[in-house]
Amino acid sequence: MTLADYLPILVMFVLAAGFVAVSLLASRMFSPNRPTPEKLEPYECGIIPEVEPSQRFPVKFYLVAMLFVIFDVEIIFLFAWASIWDSLGWYGVAAVLIFTFFVIETLVYVWKRGALDWNVHRRARYLGEEIKEAA
Amino acid sequence: MATTAPGNLLMTTVERAANWARTRSMFPATFGLACCAIEMMATGAAHYDLARFGMEVFRASPRQADLMIVAGRVSQKMAPVLRQVYDQMPDPKWVISMGACASTGGMFNNYALVQGVDQVVPVDIYVPGCPPGPQSLMHGILTLHDKIMAGEIKV
Amino acid sequence: MSPVLEQLAESFESVTWELSHGQDVARVPREDWEAFGRTAKEAGFEVCSDVTAVDWMRQRPERFEVVACLLSMSHRLRLRMITTVGREEPSVPSLTPIWPGAGYAEREVWDMFGIRFEGHPDLTRILMPDDWEGHPLRKDFGVGSVPVQFKTSHQVN
Repeated sequence: MTLADYLPILVMFVLAAGFVAVSLLASRMFSPNRPTPEKLEPYECGIIPEVEPSQRFPVKFYLVAMLFVIFDVEIIFLFAWASIWDSLGWYGVAAVLIFTFFVIETLVYVWKRGALDWNVHRRARYLGEEIKEAA
Repeated sequence: MATTAPGNLLMTTVERAANWARTRSMFPATFGLACCAIEMMATGAAHYDLARFGMEVFRASPRQADLMIVAGRVSQKMAPVLRQVYDQMPDPKWVISMGACASTGGMFNNYALVQGVDQVVPVDIYVPGCPPGPQSLMHGILTLHDKIMAGEIKV
Repeated sequence: MSPVLEQLAESFESVTWELSHGQDVARVPREDWEAFGRTAKEAGFEVCSDVTAVDWMRQRPERFEVVACLLSMSHRLRLRMITTVGREEPSVPSLTPIWPGAGYAEREVWDMFGIRFEGHPDLTRILMPDDWEGHPLRKDFGVGSVPVQFKTSHQVN
């Protein structure tokens, strides 16, 4: 593995950068730029917008994002193990199995507490209702 | 914007190439209002395919559209909406007034309709008919393409 | 006449009944409009399919007629109730509290004829722009046409 083996990656990088540069330049040269106040307003099917849209968003999106980050970090640890798994032998397998068990336990806890529920199931859990079958 | 320029224009190769690209990839915005919309749908459907001219999809958002085909009657209540949607299309943009009602108010010469959509937006091509058949609409669209390629419509 | 309608006729003495092109029509005086509507709904007319109006201009002593078309799906009957209103500040009790679906139709009647509906939650223009003046379907509202010059006609001023 010499440095020359990495040349194709450099070429690809240069090509990608070149493509982006040409696209942006062509756009700057050819596209007419005439901003008007009406053009800059948010699109609302042709109606003049009267009310600013609410800036708050439902907290369930935040929950999903947080859970993703946590499990993503755990996957990074698994990558670390996976790259040298054969030199770690059975000790490594045992260690990673214990690690994975705790990860899965977290997932089961989150699942049972309802952090992964959306809409119908969340509402039923929140109100203590039964979920009715669709007629 | 979409105004005609008289006489012959000296166009560079680059401009010609840009006009070629614009013509061959014009996305229409859906502005079907009434019966002409049915004929517009027929023009876009399989038999009289519009996609073979580069009009692959009718974009619902004006931000992604180049061409507004006003197909149908424009009532007094719809006129400001039409103008707003036209304003929100990015340049370069063109307008085809499809059918008699959009061009002149058609058979409805009364209080409820705008007598010709050119009272509200600048129009490049008028397609007559009640409703114009798919061949007529396609002829109008191809005429618009020719005008842009020849440089008659300044972008 | 079907038994449901006969029962309605007995409850309201002031209502005149007629048969118009095979349809039952009840001419209700303005005071009984709402009460008749409520009784009809209880009698089984679940749907109010339309509310509209007629402008008789000078042909009748009372200028406007308000027409409500009722439909009973359980009895398979249709009934039209008609009342008359005069020309100065015409107003009629609203049927929207009884049949919510009549709300839009009454807005249309207000927009096109200028007949107010008392008790309507939101009586605003629905077909014409909000700042339009006049009521287009009245007989004394002009067509609003624009003079057009046709090629084959001689010069018109």
